[in-house]
Amino acid sequence: MISVGARASAGRGRGRKRSPKPIEVQFRTIVSPHQLNSPWGRRVYWLVLVAVLVLFTLAFVFPLYWMATGALKTPEELAQMPPTLFPADPTPEAFFEAWDLFDIGTLLVNTVYYSLGGWVVCMAVDVSAAYALSKLRPAFGNVILGMMLATLMIPAMVVLIPLYVTVVDLGLLNNPWALWLPAAANGFNIFLLKRFFDSIPRELIEAAQIDGAGPVRVLRSVVLPISRPILGVVSIFTIVTSFKDFVWPLLVMTDSDKMTISVGLSQTAGAVTQNQVMGGLLITSIPMVIVFFIFQRHIMAGLTAGSIKG
Amino acid sequence: MSFLRRNLTAYGFLCGALFCFTVFAWYPMVREFILSFQRTDLINEPTWVGLDNFTNAIQDPAFGEAWLNTLEFTFLALVCGYAVPFVVALVLNELRHARAYLRFVVYLPVMLPPIVAVLLFRWFYDPGPGLFNQVLDAFGLPPSAWLDSSSTALISLVIVSTWMNMGSATLIYLAALQNIPPELYEAAELDGAGIFKRIRHVTIPQTRLILLLMLMLQIVATMQVFIEPYMLTGGGPENSTVTVAYLMFQNAFTLQDYGSAGALGMMLMIVLLVFAAFQLRLTREDKA
Repeated sequence: MISVGARASAGRGRGRKRSPKPIEVQFRTIVSPHQLNSPWGRRVYWLVLVAVLVLFTLAFVFPLYWMATGALKTPEELAQMPPTLFPADPTPEAFFEAWDLFDIGTLLVNTVYYSLGGWVVCMAVDVSAAYALSKLRPAFGNVILGMMLATLMIPAMVVLIPLYVTVVDLGLLNNPWALWLPAAANGFNIFLLKRFFDSIPRELIEAAQIDGAGPVRVLRSVVLPISRPILGVVSIFTIVTSFKDFVWPLLVMTDSDKMTISVGLSQTAGAVTQNQVMGGLLITSIPMVIVFFIFQRHIMAGLTAGSIKG
Repeated sequence: MSFLRRNLTAYGFLCGALFCFTVFAWYPMVREFILSFQRTDLINEPTWVGLDNFTNAIQDPAFGEAWLNTLEFTFLALVCGYAVPFVVALVLNELRHARAYLRFVVYLPVMLPPIVAVLLFRWFYDPGPGLFNQVLDAFGLPPSAWLDSSSTALISLVIVSTWMNMGSATLIYLAALQNIPPELYEAAELDGAGIFKRIRHVTIPQTRLILLLMLMLQIVATMQVFIEPYMLTGGGPENSTVTVAYLMFQNAFTLQDYGSAGALGMMLMIVLLVFAAFQLRLTREDKA
Protein backbone atom coordinates (compact mmCIF):
# COMPACT_ATOMS: atom_id res chain seq x y z
CA MET A 1 0.00 0.00 0.00
CA ILE A 2 2.69 2.43 1.03
CA SER A 3 4.76 1.80 -2.03
CA VAL A 4 1.78 2.37 -4.28
CA GLY A 5 1.00 5.68 -2.59
CA ALA A 6 4.61 6.70 -2.77
CA ARG A 7 4.81 5.95 -6.44
CA ALA A 8 1.63 7.85 -7.09
CA SER A 9 2.85 10.92 -5.29
CA ALA A 10 6.20 10.69 -7.04
CA GLY A 11 4.37 10.53 -10.32
CA ARG A 12 2.36 13.58 -9.46
CA GLY A 13 5.52 15.43 -8.41
CA ARG A 14 7.16 14.60 -11.70
CA GLY A 15 4.10 15.80 -13.54
CA ARG A 16 4.29 19.14 -11.79
CA LYS A 17 7.95 19.63 -12.61
CA ARG A 18 7.77 18.62 -16.25
CA SER A 19 4.97 20.51 -17.94
CA PRO A 20 2.36 17.98 -19.18
CA LYS A 21 2.28 17.12 -22.83
CA PRO A 22 -0.16 19.59 -24.36
CA ILE A 23 -3.25 18.34 -26.18
CA GLU A 24 -2.48 18.83 -29.82
CA VAL A 25 -4.74 21.25 -31.65
CA GLN A 26 -4.65 21.06 -35.42
CA PHE A 27 -7.57 23.37 -36.00
CA ARG A 28 -9.33 25.93 -33.92
CA THR A 29 -12.84 25.05 -32.69
CA ILE A 30 -15.23 26.48 -30.13
CA VAL A 31 -12.92 25.81 -27.21
CA SER A 32 -9.66 27.71 -27.64
CA PRO A 33 -6.34 25.82 -27.45
CA HIS A 34 -5.39 27.94 -24.47
CA GLN A 35 -8.55 27.00 -22.56
CA LEU A 36 -8.17 23.37 -23.55
CA ASN A 37 -4.66 23.19 -22.15
CA SER A 38 -5.39 24.95 -18.88
CA PRO A 39 -5.39 22.56 -15.90
CA TRP A 40 -9.20 22.57 -15.70
CA GLY A 41 -9.60 22.41 -19.43
CA ARG A 42 -7.50 19.27 -19.53
CA ARG A 43 -9.48 17.59 -16.78
CA VAL A 44 -12.80 18.38 -18.39
CA TYR A 45 -11.45 17.32 -21.79
CA TRP A 46 -10.34 13.88 -20.63
CA LEU A 47 -13.55 13.41 -18.68
CA VAL A 48 -15.66 14.25 -21.73
CA LEU A 49 -13.50 12.09 -23.98
CA VAL A 50 -13.85 9.05 -21.76
CA ALA A 51 -17.58 9.66 -21.31
CA VAL A 52 -18.12 9.95 -25.06
CA LEU A 53 -16.04 6.85 -25.76
CA VAL A 54 -17.98 4.80 -23.22
CA LEU A 55 -21.33 6.15 -24.35
CA PHE A 56 -20.67 5.57 -28.04
CA THR A 57 -19.34 2.09 -27.47
CA LEU A 58 -22.39 1.23 -25.38
CA ALA A 59 -24.83 2.79 -27.83
CA PHE A 60 -23.41 1.61 -31.14
CA VAL A 61 -21.04 -1.31 -30.56
CA PHE A 62 -22.69 -3.08 -27.65
CA PRO A 63 -25.96 -3.84 -29.53
CA LEU A 64 -23.89 -5.52 -32.23
CA TYR A 65 -21.88 -7.40 -29.60
CA TRP A 66 -25.17 -8.52 -28.07
CA MET A 67 -26.33 -9.70 -31.49
CA ALA A 68 -23.12 -11.67 -32.11
CA THR A 69 -23.05 -13.27 -28.66
CA GLY A 70 -26.80 -13.90 -28.84
CA ALA A 71 -26.13 -16.07 -31.85
CA LEU A 72 -23.54 -18.04 -29.88
CA LYS A 73 -25.87 -18.81 -26.97
CA THR A 74 -28.38 -21.61 -26.64
CA PRO A 75 -32.10 -20.72 -26.55
CA GLU A 76 -32.15 -21.69 -22.86
CA GLU A 77 -29.32 -19.32 -22.07
CA LEU A 78 -31.07 -16.54 -24.00
CA ALA A 79 -34.21 -16.96 -21.91
CA GLN A 80 -32.18 -16.80 -18.72
CA MET A 81 -32.68 -13.84 -16.38
CA PRO A 82 -30.50 -11.92 -15.74
CA PRO A 83 -28.76 -12.47 -19.09
CA THR A 84 -25.17 -13.61 -19.28
CA LEU A 85 -22.66 -11.07 -20.55
CA PHE A 86 -20.51 -13.76 -22.17
CA PRO A 87 -21.97 -16.91 -23.65
CA ALA A 88 -21.37 -19.68 -21.12
CA ASP A 89 -20.72 -22.30 -23.74
CA PRO A 90 -20.34 -20.62 -27.14
CA THR A 91 -21.54 -22.82 -29.98
CA PRO A 92 -21.68 -21.78 -33.62
CA GLU A 93 -24.65 -24.14 -34.01
CA ALA A 94 -27.11 -21.29 -34.53
CA PHE A 95 -25.20 -20.02 -37.56
CA PHE A 96 -25.48 -23.33 -39.36
CA GLU A 97 -29.12 -23.70 -38.34
CA ALA A 98 -29.84 -20.14 -39.48
CA TRP A 99 -28.00 -20.79 -42.73
CA ASP A 100 -30.24 -23.78 -43.48
CA LEU A 101 -33.53 -22.45 -42.09
CA PHE A 102 -33.36 -19.10 -43.82
CA ASP A 103 -31.70 -20.61 -46.88
CA ILE A 104 -29.17 -17.81 -46.51
CA GLY A 105 -26.93 -19.17 -49.26
CA THR A 106 -29.60 -18.56 -51.90
CA LEU A 107 -30.68 -15.24 -50.37
CA LEU A 108 -27.12 -13.95 -50.21
CA VAL A 109 -26.36 -14.97 -53.79
CA ASN A 110 -29.61 -13.29 -54.91
CA THR A 111 -28.85 -10.08 -53.03
CA VAL A 112 -25.28 -9.87 -54.32
CA TYR A 113 -26.46 -10.61 -57.85
CA TYR A 114 -29.15 -7.90 -57.66
CA SER A 115 -26.71 -5.39 -56.16
CA LEU A 116 -23.94 -5.96 -58.69
CA GLY A 117 -26.33 -6.23 -61.63
CA GLY A 118 -28.06 -3.05 -60.48
CA TRP A 119 -24.68 -1.36 -60.24
CA VAL A 120 -23.74 -2.29 -63.82
CA VAL A 121 -27.08 -1.10 -65.21
CA CYS A 122 -27.06 2.04 -63.11
CA MET A 123 -23.53 3.02 -64.08
CA ALA A 124 -24.07 2.31 -67.76
CA VAL A 125 -27.26 4.37 -67.86
CA ASP A 126 -26.26 7.22 -65.56
CA VAL A 127 -22.69 7.73 -66.72
CA SER A 128 -23.65 7.91 -70.38
CA ALA A 129 -26.57 10.23 -69.59
CA ALA A 130 -24.39 12.53 -67.49
CA TYR A 131 -21.72 12.50 -70.21
CA ALA A 132 -24.26 13.42 -72.88
CA LEU A 133 -25.73 16.21 -70.75
CA SER A 134 -22.36 17.57 -69.73
CA LYS A 135 -20.16 17.24 -72.80
CA LEU A 136 -22.38 16.66 -75.85
CA ARG A 137 -24.93 19.26 -74.76
CA PRO A 138 -27.97 18.26 -76.83
CA ALA A 139 -30.92 20.52 -77.47
CA PHE A 140 -33.31 20.53 -74.48
CA GLY A 141 -30.54 19.05 -72.32
CA ASN A 142 -31.30 21.39 -69.45
CA VAL A 143 -35.00 20.61 -69.63
CA ILE A 144 -34.23 16.89 -69.39
CA LEU A 145 -31.85 17.42 -66.49
CA GLY A 146 -34.45 19.53 -64.73
CA MET A 147 -37.08 16.86 -65.15
CA MET A 148 -34.66 14.23 -63.84
CA LEU A 149 -33.90 16.33 -60.79
CA ALA A 150 -37.60 16.98 -60.25
CA THR A 151 -38.07 13.26 -59.51
CA LEU A 152 -35.96 13.78 -56.38
CA MET A 153 -38.68 16.01 -54.99
CA ILE A 154 -41.28 13.23 -55.13
CA PRO A 155 -41.31 11.19 -51.90
CA ALA A 156 -40.29 7.57 -52.50
CA MET A 157 -43.17 6.05 -50.55
CA VAL A 158 -45.70 7.94 -52.67
CA VAL A 159 -44.42 6.69 -56.03
CA LEU A 160 -44.15 3.18 -54.64
CA ILE A 161 -47.72 2.23 -55.48
CA PRO A 162 -47.95 3.58 -59.05
CA LEU A 163 -44.48 2.13 -59.68
CA TYR A 164 -45.68 -1.25 -58.48
CA VAL A 165 -48.76 -1.02 -60.69
CA THR A 166 -46.51 -0.14 -63.64
CA VAL A 167 -44.22 -3.09 -62.98
CA VAL A 168 -47.21 -5.43 -62.73
CA ASP A 169 -48.57 -4.07 -66.02
CA LEU A 170 -45.22 -4.76 -67.66
CA GLY A 171 -45.15 -8.29 -66.23
CA LEU A 172 -41.81 -7.71 -64.51
CA LEU A 173 -42.67 -9.24 -61.12
CA ASN A 174 -39.93 -11.56 -59.87
CA ASN A 175 -37.68 -10.30 -62.62
CA PRO A 176 -34.42 -8.61 -61.52
CA TRP A 177 -35.01 -5.86 -64.10
CA ALA A 178 -37.84 -4.67 -61.83
CA LEU A 179 -35.12 -3.77 -59.34
CA TRP A 180 -32.49 -2.56 -61.78
CA LEU A 181 -34.39 -0.25 -64.11
CA PRO A 182 -36.14 1.88 -61.44
CA ALA A 183 -32.82 2.12 -59.57
CA ALA A 184 -31.10 3.39 -62.72
CA ALA A 185 -33.59 6.27 -62.92
CA ASN A 186 -31.59 8.06 -60.24
CA GLY A 187 -31.53 11.82 -60.70
CA PHE A 188 -29.07 12.30 -57.89
CA ASN A 189 -26.41 10.07 -59.47
CA ILE A 190 -26.77 11.87 -62.77
CA PHE A 191 -26.51 15.21 -61.02
CA LEU A 192 -23.33 14.21 -59.15
CA LEU A 193 -21.70 12.71 -62.25
CA LYS A 194 -22.64 15.63 -64.47
CA ARG A 195 -21.27 18.12 -62.00
CA PHE A 196 -17.97 16.28 -61.96
CA PHE A 197 -17.84 15.93 -65.75
CA ASP A 198 -18.51 19.67 -66.05
CA SER A 199 -15.25 20.34 -64.24
CA ILE A 200 -13.16 18.42 -66.80
CA PRO A 201 -11.33 21.03 -68.92
CA ARG A 202 -12.65 21.42 -72.43
CA GLU A 203 -9.08 21.48 -73.84
CA LEU A 204 -8.49 17.90 -72.74
CA ILE A 205 -11.48 16.68 -74.69
CA GLU A 206 -10.72 18.84 -77.71
CA ALA A 207 -7.18 17.46 -77.80
CA ALA A 208 -8.57 13.93 -77.89
CA GLN A 209 -11.04 14.92 -80.61
CA ILE A 210 -8.21 16.38 -82.73
CA ASP A 211 -6.44 13.05 -82.38
CA GLY A 212 -9.53 11.55 -84.00
CA ALA A 213 -11.37 10.17 -80.96
CA GLY A 214 -15.13 9.83 -81.30
CA PRO A 215 -17.53 10.44 -78.41
CA VAL A 216 -17.31 6.84 -77.14
CA ARG A 217 -13.55 6.92 -77.20
CA VAL A 218 -13.47 10.29 -75.40
CA LEU A 219 -15.74 8.91 -72.69
CA ARG A 220 -13.66 5.76 -72.26
CA SER A 221 -10.15 7.17 -72.52
CA VAL A 222 -10.47 10.70 -71.18
CA VAL A 223 -13.56 11.23 -69.05
CA LEU A 224 -13.77 7.92 -67.17
CA PRO A 225 -10.10 7.75 -66.02
CA ILE A 226 -10.27 11.32 -64.69
CA SER A 227 -13.58 10.72 -62.94
CA ARG A 228 -12.43 7.78 -60.86
CA PRO A 229 -13.15 9.45 -57.49
CA ILE A 230 -16.76 10.30 -58.28
CA LEU A 231 -17.31 6.94 -59.98
CA GLY A 232 -16.08 5.26 -56.80
CA VAL A 233 -18.45 7.25 -54.60
CA VAL A 234 -21.46 6.70 -56.85
CA SER A 235 -20.65 2.97 -57.17
CA ILE A 236 -20.39 2.36 -53.45
CA PHE A 237 -23.57 4.22 -52.68
CA THR A 238 -25.46 2.41 -55.45
CA ILE A 239 -24.34 -1.02 -54.26
CA VAL A 240 -24.90 -0.31 -50.57
CA THR A 241 -28.34 1.20 -51.18
CA SER A 242 -29.52 -1.76 -53.20
CA PHE A 243 -28.10 -4.25 -50.69
CA LYS A 244 -29.96 -2.47 -47.87
CA ASP A 245 -33.21 -1.90 -49.73
CA PHE A 246 -36.24 -3.54 -48.17
CA VAL A 247 -39.65 -2.25 -49.24
CA TRP A 248 -39.23 -2.43 -53.02
CA PRO A 249 -37.75 -5.97 -53.14
CA LEU A 250 -40.47 -6.99 -50.66
CA LEU A 251 -43.04 -6.02 -53.27
CA VAL A 252 -41.49 -7.19 -56.51
CA MET A 253 -39.32 -10.21 -55.64
CA THR A 254 -41.90 -12.37 -53.91
CA ASP A 255 -40.87 -15.89 -54.95
CA SER A 256 -39.05 -17.48 -52.03
CA ASP A 257 -36.11 -18.47 -54.24
CA LYS A 258 -35.78 -14.94 -55.64
CA MET A 259 -36.00 -12.90 -52.43
CA THR A 260 -33.28 -10.62 -51.12
CA ILE A 261 -31.71 -11.38 -47.79
CA SER A 262 -33.54 -8.58 -45.94
CA VAL A 263 -36.92 -9.77 -47.20
CA GLY A 264 -36.10 -13.43 -46.58
CA LEU A 265 -35.10 -12.73 -42.98
CA SER A 266 -38.23 -10.69 -42.33
CA GLN A 267 -40.46 -13.49 -43.64
CA THR A 268 -38.92 -16.31 -41.63
CA ALA A 269 -37.86 -14.48 -38.46
CA GLY A 270 -41.12 -15.20 -36.65
CA ALA A 271 -40.83 -18.96 -37.09
CA VAL A 272 -37.36 -19.65 -35.70
CA THR A 273 -35.62 -19.30 -32.33
CA GLN A 274 -34.00 -16.06 -31.22
CA ASN A 275 -30.41 -17.28 -31.48
CA GLN A 276 -31.07 -18.39 -35.05
CA VAL A 277 -32.50 -14.97 -35.90
CA MET A 278 -29.38 -13.34 -34.46
CA GLY A 279 -27.21 -15.73 -36.47
CA GLY A 280 -29.05 -14.72 -39.61
CA LEU A 281 -28.75 -11.01 -38.80
CA LEU A 282 -25.04 -11.35 -38.13
CA ILE A 283 -24.45 -13.08 -41.47
CA THR A 284 -26.44 -10.31 -43.18
CA SER A 285 -24.46 -7.56 -41.48
CA ILE A 286 -21.00 -8.94 -42.25
CA PRO A 287 -20.84 -7.96 -45.96
CA MET A 288 -21.83 -4.36 -45.20
CA VAL A 289 -19.41 -4.07 -42.28
CA ILE A 290 -16.60 -5.34 -44.53
CA VAL A 291 -17.56 -2.85 -47.24
CA PHE A 292 -17.54 -0.10 -44.62
CA PHE A 293 -14.10 -1.13 -43.35
CA ILE A 294 -12.61 -1.07 -46.82
CA PHE A 295 -14.33 1.98 -48.30
CA GLN A 296 -14.73 4.05 -45.14
CA ARG A 297 -13.02 7.14 -46.57
CA HIS A 298 -14.96 7.06 -49.82
CA ILE A 299 -18.25 6.63 -48.01
CA MET A 300 -17.62 9.48 -45.61
CA ALA A 301 -16.32 11.73 -48.38
CA GLY A 302 -19.32 10.93 -50.55
CA LEU A 303 -21.74 11.58 -47.72
CA THR A 304 -20.55 15.13 -47.22
CA ALA A 305 -19.74 15.91 -50.86
CA GLY A 306 -23.02 14.71 -52.24
CA SER A 307 -25.69 15.41 -49.75
CA ILE A 308 -25.63 19.13 -49.19
CA LYS A 309 -23.38 21.17 -51.40
CA GLY A 310 -25.77 21.52 -54.31
CA MET B 1 -19.63 18.09 -85.77
CA SER B 2 -22.80 19.34 -87.27
CA PHE B 3 -25.73 20.29 -85.02
CA LEU B 4 -27.76 17.29 -86.17
CA ARG B 5 -24.98 14.76 -85.70
CA ARG B 6 -24.09 16.10 -82.28
CA ASN B 7 -27.69 15.83 -81.16
CA LEU B 8 -28.09 12.34 -82.54
CA THR B 9 -25.01 11.10 -80.66
CA ALA B 10 -26.10 12.87 -77.50
CA TYR B 11 -29.56 11.32 -77.59
CA GLY B 12 -27.95 7.97 -78.33
CA PHE B 13 -26.10 8.27 -75.03
CA LEU B 14 -29.25 9.53 -73.31
CA CYS B 15 -31.68 6.90 -74.56
CA GLY B 16 -31.09 4.45 -71.69
CA ALA B 17 -31.72 7.09 -69.07
CA LEU B 18 -34.68 8.51 -70.96
CA PHE B 19 -36.24 5.06 -71.09
CA CYS B 20 -35.68 4.37 -67.38
CA PHE B 21 -36.96 7.78 -66.33
CA THR B 22 -39.96 7.73 -68.63
CA VAL B 23 -41.20 4.30 -67.60
CA PHE B 24 -40.07 4.13 -63.97
CA ALA B 25 -40.07 7.72 -62.76
CA TRP B 26 -42.09 10.16 -64.87
CA TYR B 27 -44.91 7.84 -65.89
CA PRO B 28 -45.51 6.59 -62.29
CA MET B 29 -45.87 10.23 -61.21
CA VAL B 30 -48.65 10.67 -63.76
CA ARG B 31 -50.03 7.25 -62.90
CA GLU B 32 -50.23 8.23 -59.23
CA PHE B 33 -52.54 11.05 -60.25
CA ILE B 34 -54.70 8.79 -62.45
CA LEU B 35 -54.69 6.03 -59.83
CA SER B 36 -56.26 8.26 -57.20
CA PHE B 37 -59.32 8.82 -59.42
CA GLN B 38 -59.76 5.21 -60.53
CA ARG B 39 -60.82 1.95 -58.97
CA THR B 40 -57.82 -0.33 -59.51
CA ASP B 41 -57.40 -3.86 -58.20
CA LEU B 42 -55.01 -5.15 -60.88
CA ILE B 43 -57.54 -7.85 -61.88
CA ASN B 44 -60.33 -5.91 -63.59
CA GLU B 45 -59.90 -2.98 -65.93
CA PRO B 46 -59.58 0.24 -63.90
CA THR B 47 -62.74 2.37 -63.88
CA TRP B 48 -63.09 6.08 -63.23
CA VAL B 49 -64.74 6.79 -59.89
CA GLY B 50 -64.24 10.52 -59.43
CA LEU B 51 -63.44 11.47 -55.85
CA ASP B 52 -64.61 8.16 -54.31
CA ASN B 53 -61.08 7.13 -53.38
CA PHE B 54 -60.55 10.32 -51.47
CA THR B 55 -63.82 9.98 -49.54
CA ASN B 56 -63.00 6.31 -48.86
CA ALA B 57 -59.56 7.20 -47.57
CA ILE B 58 -60.89 9.99 -45.35
CA GLN B 59 -63.73 7.87 -43.98
CA ASP B 60 -61.28 5.13 -42.96
CA PRO B 61 -61.48 5.08 -39.14
CA ALA B 62 -57.68 4.95 -38.97
CA PHE B 63 -57.25 8.01 -41.21
CA GLY B 64 -57.16 10.67 -38.50
CA GLU B 65 -55.05 8.53 -36.22
CA ALA B 66 -52.57 7.80 -38.98
CA TRP B 67 -51.98 11.52 -39.58
CA LEU B 68 -51.73 12.28 -35.88
CA ASN B 69 -49.30 9.40 -35.39
CA THR B 70 -47.23 10.49 -38.37
CA LEU B 71 -47.04 14.04 -37.02
CA GLU B 72 -46.21 12.79 -33.55
CA PHE B 73 -43.56 10.45 -34.93
CA THR B 74 -42.08 13.26 -37.01
CA PHE B 75 -42.06 15.59 -34.02
CA LEU B 76 -40.44 13.03 -31.71
CA ALA B 77 -37.99 11.95 -34.40
CA LEU B 78 -37.00 15.58 -34.87
CA VAL B 79 -36.47 16.13 -31.16
CA CYS B 80 -34.23 13.03 -31.05
CA GLY B 81 -32.99 12.69 -34.58
CA TYR B 82 -32.42 16.36 -35.25
CA ALA B 83 -31.07 17.81 -32.02
CA VAL B 84 -29.01 14.79 -30.94
CA PRO B 85 -26.79 14.55 -34.05
CA PHE B 86 -26.00 18.27 -33.90
CA VAL B 87 -25.01 18.15 -30.25
CA VAL B 88 -23.02 14.97 -30.89
CA ALA B 89 -21.25 16.64 -33.81
CA LEU B 90 -20.45 19.69 -31.67
CA VAL B 91 -18.86 17.46 -29.02
CA LEU B 92 -17.03 15.25 -31.53
CA ASN B 93 -15.57 18.31 -33.21
CA GLU B 94 -13.98 19.37 -29.91
CA LEU B 95 -12.32 16.01 -29.31
CA ARG B 96 -8.73 15.52 -30.40
CA HIS B 97 -8.45 11.78 -29.85
CA ALA B 98 -10.19 8.68 -31.19
CA ARG B 99 -11.92 10.76 -33.86
CA ALA B 100 -11.71 8.02 -36.48
CA TYR B 101 -13.13 5.44 -34.08
CA LEU B 102 -16.02 7.66 -33.00
CA ARG B 103 -16.93 8.56 -36.56
CA PHE B 104 -16.74 4.90 -37.53
CA VAL B 105 -19.07 3.65 -34.81
CA VAL B 106 -21.64 6.40 -35.18
CA TYR B 107 -21.99 5.58 -38.89
CA LEU B 108 -21.90 1.80 -38.42
CA PRO B 109 -25.68 1.39 -37.90
CA VAL B 110 -26.33 3.38 -41.07
CA MET B 111 -24.39 0.77 -43.04
CA LEU B 112 -26.40 -2.14 -41.69
CA PRO B 113 -29.53 -3.15 -43.60
CA PRO B 114 -32.52 -1.63 -41.75
CA ILE B 115 -33.95 -5.09 -41.24
CA VAL B 116 -30.98 -5.93 -38.98
CA ALA B 117 -31.55 -2.90 -36.76
CA VAL B 118 -35.28 -3.53 -36.65
CA LEU B 119 -35.11 -7.22 -35.78
CA LEU B 120 -32.32 -6.61 -33.28
CA PHE B 121 -34.37 -3.98 -31.46
CA ARG B 122 -37.45 -6.16 -31.57
CA TRP B 123 -35.51 -8.57 -29.42
CA PHE B 124 -34.19 -5.80 -27.12
CA TYR B 125 -37.76 -4.57 -26.60
CA ASP B 126 -38.98 -8.02 -25.57
CA PRO B 127 -40.75 -7.35 -22.24
CA GLY B 128 -39.38 -10.56 -20.69
CA PRO B 129 -35.74 -11.42 -21.38
CA GLY B 130 -35.20 -8.40 -23.65
CA LEU B 131 -32.04 -6.40 -23.06
CA PHE B 132 -33.74 -3.09 -22.24
CA ASN B 133 -35.90 -4.40 -19.43
CA GLN B 134 -32.93 -6.31 -18.05
CA VAL B 135 -30.92 -3.10 -17.97
CA LEU B 136 -33.79 -1.24 -16.30
CA ASP B 137 -34.04 -4.09 -13.82
CA ALA B 138 -30.31 -3.94 -13.07
CA PHE B 139 -30.72 -0.27 -12.11
CA GLY B 140 -33.77 -1.12 -10.00
CA LEU B 141 -36.19 0.60 -12.36
CA PRO B 142 -39.63 -0.79 -13.21
CA PRO B 143 -39.86 -2.63 -16.55
CA SER B 144 -41.53 -0.97 -19.53
CA ALA B 145 -43.88 -2.60 -22.00
CA TRP B 146 -42.09 -0.89 -24.92
CA LEU B 147 -43.82 -2.00 -28.13
CA ASP B 148 -46.73 -3.66 -26.35
CA SER B 149 -48.25 -0.54 -24.85
CA SER B 150 -49.96 2.15 -26.88
CA SER B 151 -48.30 4.84 -24.77
CA THR B 152 -44.68 3.75 -25.37
CA ALA B 153 -44.88 2.06 -28.78
CA LEU B 154 -44.37 5.20 -30.85
CA ILE B 155 -41.38 6.45 -28.87
CA SER B 156 -39.86 2.96 -29.11
CA LEU B 157 -40.05 3.25 -32.89
CA VAL B 158 -38.43 6.69 -32.71
CA ILE B 159 -35.52 5.21 -30.73
CA VAL B 160 -34.86 2.51 -33.37
CA SER B 161 -35.18 5.05 -36.13
CA THR B 162 -32.76 7.46 -34.47
CA TRP B 163 -30.26 4.70 -33.72
CA MET B 164 -30.09 3.53 -37.28
CA ASN B 165 -30.19 6.93 -39.01
CA MET B 166 -28.36 9.48 -36.89
CA GLY B 167 -24.90 8.62 -38.22
CA SER B 168 -25.27 10.35 -41.55
CA ALA B 169 -26.65 13.57 -40.06
CA THR B 170 -23.84 13.60 -37.50
CA LEU B 171 -21.14 13.29 -40.15
CA ILE B 172 -22.75 15.97 -42.32
CA TYR B 173 -22.84 18.39 -39.38
CA LEU B 174 -19.29 17.48 -38.49
CA ALA B 175 -18.13 18.42 -41.99
CA ALA B 176 -20.05 21.69 -41.75
CA LEU B 177 -18.46 22.52 -38.39
CA GLN B 178 -15.00 21.97 -39.81
CA ASN B 179 -15.70 24.54 -42.51
CA ILE B 180 -16.23 27.34 -40.00
CA PRO B 181 -13.29 29.77 -40.26
CA PRO B 182 -11.32 29.68 -36.97
CA GLU B 183 -10.86 33.47 -37.05
CA LEU B 184 -14.52 33.85 -36.16
CA TYR B 185 -14.04 31.96 -32.91
CA GLU B 186 -10.89 33.93 -32.15
CA ALA B 187 -12.71 37.21 -32.74
CA ALA B 188 -15.64 36.09 -30.57
CA GLU B 189 -13.23 35.09 -27.84
CA LEU B 190 -11.48 38.47 -27.94
CA ASP B 191 -14.88 40.07 -27.58
CA GLY B 192 -15.30 38.08 -24.39
CA ALA B 193 -17.86 35.54 -25.61
CA GLY B 194 -18.00 32.39 -23.48
CA ILE B 195 -18.46 28.90 -24.89
CA PHE B 196 -22.25 29.06 -25.12
CA LYS B 197 -22.18 32.51 -26.65
CA ARG B 198 -19.67 31.27 -29.22
CA ILE B 199 -22.04 28.44 -30.14
CA ARG B 200 -24.97 30.80 -30.33
CA HIS B 201 -23.32 33.64 -32.23
CA VAL B 202 -20.73 31.83 -34.36
CA THR B 203 -21.50 28.13 -34.76
CA ILE B 204 -25.23 28.28 -35.32
CA PRO B 205 -25.27 31.24 -37.75
CA GLN B 206 -22.41 29.66 -39.70
CA THR B 207 -24.22 26.32 -40.06
CA ARG B 208 -27.69 27.81 -40.38
CA LEU B 209 -28.25 26.75 -43.96
CA ILE B 210 -27.23 23.14 -43.43
CA LEU B 211 -29.31 23.03 -40.26
CA LEU B 212 -32.35 24.22 -42.19
CA LEU B 213 -31.74 21.88 -45.12
CA MET B 214 -31.34 18.88 -42.84
CA LEU B 215 -34.51 19.88 -41.03
CA MET B 216 -36.45 19.76 -44.29
CA LEU B 217 -34.79 16.53 -45.41
CA GLN B 218 -35.56 14.85 -42.12
CA ILE B 219 -39.16 16.00 -42.04
CA VAL B 220 -39.67 14.56 -45.52
CA ALA B 221 -37.88 11.33 -44.59
CA THR B 222 -39.60 10.75 -41.26
CA MET B 223 -43.07 11.54 -42.57
CA GLN B 224 -42.67 8.53 -44.87
CA VAL B 225 -41.83 6.19 -41.99
CA PHE B 226 -42.83 2.69 -42.88
CA ILE B 227 -40.42 -0.14 -42.13
CA GLU B 228 -40.41 0.44 -38.35
CA PRO B 229 -44.20 0.15 -37.83
CA TYR B 230 -44.43 -2.58 -40.49
CA MET B 231 -41.85 -4.83 -38.87
CA LEU B 232 -42.14 -3.95 -35.19
CA THR B 233 -45.77 -3.27 -34.34
CA GLY B 234 -47.95 -3.88 -37.38
CA GLY B 235 -49.66 -0.59 -36.59
CA GLY B 236 -50.73 -1.66 -33.12
CA PRO B 237 -51.31 -1.70 -30.24
CA GLU B 238 -54.73 -0.07 -30.78
CA ASN B 239 -53.60 1.71 -33.96
CA SER B 240 -51.11 3.73 -31.95
CA THR B 241 -48.37 3.28 -34.55
CA VAL B 242 -50.38 3.37 -37.78
CA THR B 243 -48.62 5.96 -39.97
CA VAL B 244 -49.83 7.37 -43.28
CA ALA B 245 -47.26 5.38 -45.25
CA TYR B 246 -48.22 2.23 -43.36
CA LEU B 247 -51.91 2.81 -44.01
CA MET B 248 -51.15 3.38 -47.69
CA PHE B 249 -49.22 0.12 -47.88
CA GLN B 250 -52.04 -1.75 -46.13
CA ASN B 251 -54.67 -0.31 -48.45
CA ALA B 252 -52.70 -1.25 -51.52
CA PHE B 253 -51.13 -4.58 -50.73
CA THR B 254 -53.41 -6.14 -48.13
CA LEU B 255 -56.79 -4.82 -49.27
CA GLN B 256 -55.83 -4.58 -52.98
CA ASP B 257 -57.42 -1.14 -53.03
CA TYR B 258 -54.80 0.72 -55.04
CA GLY B 259 -57.12 3.67 -55.60
CA SER B 260 -57.50 4.59 -51.92
CA ALA B 261 -53.79 4.08 -51.44
CA GLY B 262 -53.19 6.40 -54.38
CA ALA B 263 -55.51 9.01 -52.86
CA LEU B 264 -53.64 8.81 -49.54
CA GLY B 265 -50.40 9.08 -51.45
CA MET B 266 -51.60 12.23 -53.18
CA MET B 267 -52.40 13.82 -49.83
CA LEU B 268 -49.04 12.83 -48.38
CA MET B 269 -47.31 14.12 -51.48
CA ILE B 270 -48.98 17.53 -51.27
CA VAL B 271 -47.88 17.92 -47.67
CA LEU B 272 -44.34 16.80 -48.44
CA LEU B 273 -44.07 18.93 -51.59
CA VAL B 274 -44.60 22.02 -49.47
CA PHE B 275 -41.52 21.06 -47.49
CA ALA B 276 -39.65 20.04 -50.62
CA ALA B 277 -40.38 23.39 -52.25
CA PHE B 278 -39.07 25.14 -49.20
CA GLN B 279 -35.96 22.96 -49.37
CA LEU B 280 -35.45 23.84 -53.01
CA ARG B 281 -35.57 27.53 -52.16
CA LEU B 282 -32.93 27.00 -49.50
CA THR B 283 -30.67 25.17 -51.95
CA ARG B 284 -30.95 28.09 -54.35
CA GLU B 285 -30.04 30.46 -51.55
CA ASP B 286 -27.03 28.27 -50.79
CA LYS B 287 -25.72 28.61 -54.33
CA ALA B 288 -26.21 32.36 -54.50
